[in-house]
Parts: sequence; structure tokens; C-alpha cells
Amino acid sequence: MILAVIVGLAIGTYAFRLAGVVLRERVALPTRVQALLPMAAAALLAALAATATFWDAGVFAGISRPAGVAVGALLAWRRAPFVVVVVAAAATAALLRLAGLE
Amino acid sequence: MIVAARSILSDRSLVRDVGALGLAVFAVSISFGAIAVAAGIPAGLIVLMSLVVFAGGSQFLAVGLIAAGNPFAAIFAGLLLNARHLPFGLAIGDVMGTRRWQRLIGAHLLIDESVAFALAQPDLERRRRAYWATGCTLFVVWNVGAVLGVLLGNAGDPDRLGLDAAFPAGLFALLLPTLKDPTTRLVALTGALVAVLTTPFLPAGLPVLLALTGLLALLARPRKAASS
Repeated sequence: MILAVIVGLAIGTYAFRLAGVVLRERVALPTRVQALLPMAAAALLAALAATATFWDAGVFAGISRPAGVAVGALLAWRRAPFVVVVVAAAATAALLRLAGLE
Repeated sequence: MIVAARSILSDRSLVRDVGALGLAVFAVSISFGAIAVAAGIPAGLIVLMSLVVFAGGSQFLAVGLIAAGNPFAAIFAGLLLNARHLPFGLAIGDVMGTRRWQRLIGAHLLIDESVAFALAQPDLERRRRAYWATGCTLFVVWNVGAVLGVLLGNAGDPDRLGLDAAFPAGLFALLLPTLKDPTTRLVALTGALVAVLTTPFLPAGLPVLLALTGLLALLARPRKAASS
């Protein structure tokens, strides 16, 4: 049963992945629609980042995580290197939790 | 391949950035292996799942639903969460290369992080390099970590290291160059807002897909802004 779940999930996920790549090649989209695609990807990634910042399995994630993300985002905006952004975000959230915050 | 690997390694900042993300992914994958063991899933199947699904969010979700005795929901919920890969492929399918095998293998490496790293690059050559470097590195790290998690059993909570804050912050940093374009910024921020507001009411995966409605903001935009 578990094997069937894994195979089903794997085939479906790979189908989604390949479908986009193949469709892009086979279907001639108008230039105006093509220009929208990177924006669509940016919207999806922004939504992933934003929902992962505030929600954890449908429940508010607490204060520490959004605070950590905010510190990271501020550093990114001030052109800090990527490594610094990621480490600062994690360290902020970890320290706030260590201090007893949710 | 050797030439490609050399050109990736020559890009110091790419190696450093992907390396940093790889470390965070490694810790999360260890916890995935450990949680799956605790959920009673056989070791071999955990490793198989990480290899063939290779999408963290849906793997955690599936393990939870299998443990809850709801295997069919595990497939549907996981696929709903992974449907975003289709628009991702549409948007950046050209970075994988022109050969058949490059597309077949490259498609499996399509994950949020490889898309984000590719989008952050200014030209196709660098997009291609960033995509393959991120996809390959995280594939290896994710699966080695899962095996380690299975072996260790109890790996502790990655949230204690603050890694749950590291991922959104990293995504944001990678998105910043793209968000400099005002039109993209409008679409992305509208989409993110829709996703955040609908998350408490909808099954996982759907809110992020709804972010595509951010494109509708283009219609609402006054014409002056479009021509300037």
C-alpha cells in the first residue's frame, strides 16, 4: 500500500514536471503570453516564501519565524550576500526560540 | 559534462550560495528520514520515496497522511502540492538544455530552489548553470540526508536551528533581482498576498496555485503605468 502511494505520487509529480517543459517546446505561445511566464513563476515562488513565513500546516507559525525571515529579507534588500541572509534568518529565529518565544 | 562541471565550479558565488542552501536542505532531509521512520514506514521505502518524488513538502505531507491511515489522501494532497511544477516548467523549461536526456533528467531536478536560482540569473548560460548546479546538489544532499535520518532515527527538530525561517528568506533573496521589474513585482506581491490570505481556508498547495491570479493585477493596472 505504501509502495503504491510512493509510485503514484512519483509518477504524478514527474508528469507535472515534464508536462511544463514539453508544453513549452510543443505549443507555440504568443509573445505576450510568453512574457507572462516568468512573472507567473515569480508569483508562485513569492507565494511559497510568504505562506511558509506565516503559516505552518494551516496554523499561524508564531513570531520567531516571521521575525527571522524579516531580518533575512532586510539584509537581502541591503544587498548582503545570500549566505549571510540565510544564516541571519535562521539564527534570529533560533535565538528567539531559545529566549522562549513561539 | 566535465566542461559543464568546471564552469559551475569556476563560479565561486554560485558554489557558495548553493552550498549554503545545501546545508539547510541536508538538515531538513535528515529530519524527514527520522520522521518517516517514526511513522512506521520501512527504511527502503523512505529512501525510494526521496529518490523518486524529490519534493520535500509533499513527502512530509504524504508521510503524515500514511501514518494517519489515509494513503489515497496522501497521493491527492501530495499531487495538489506539486501541481506548481507545471507552470515552473513552462516558465523555465529552456534552461535544461536541448537534448532529450537533458529534459528527461532535468525535469526531475525541477524544484522550488532550482527554479529560484535559475530565475535569479541574468542570462540563459548562467541560468542553465545555476539550474543544474542547484538541482544536482540538492538531489544528492536530500537523498543522503534521508538515508542518514533513517539510520539516526531521532534527528531533533530543524525548527530549533531556525531553518524554517532560512528557506523563505533564501527564496526572497533569490527573487529580489526579478522583483526589480515593477510589473513582476506587482504580480508577485498580489499573488503572495492572495496565497497568504487563503491559506487558512484551503487545502495545502491550492493557495500557492492561486497566486497565479496575481497576473490579473495586470488587467487592473492603469494604462499610463503600462506605457511609461
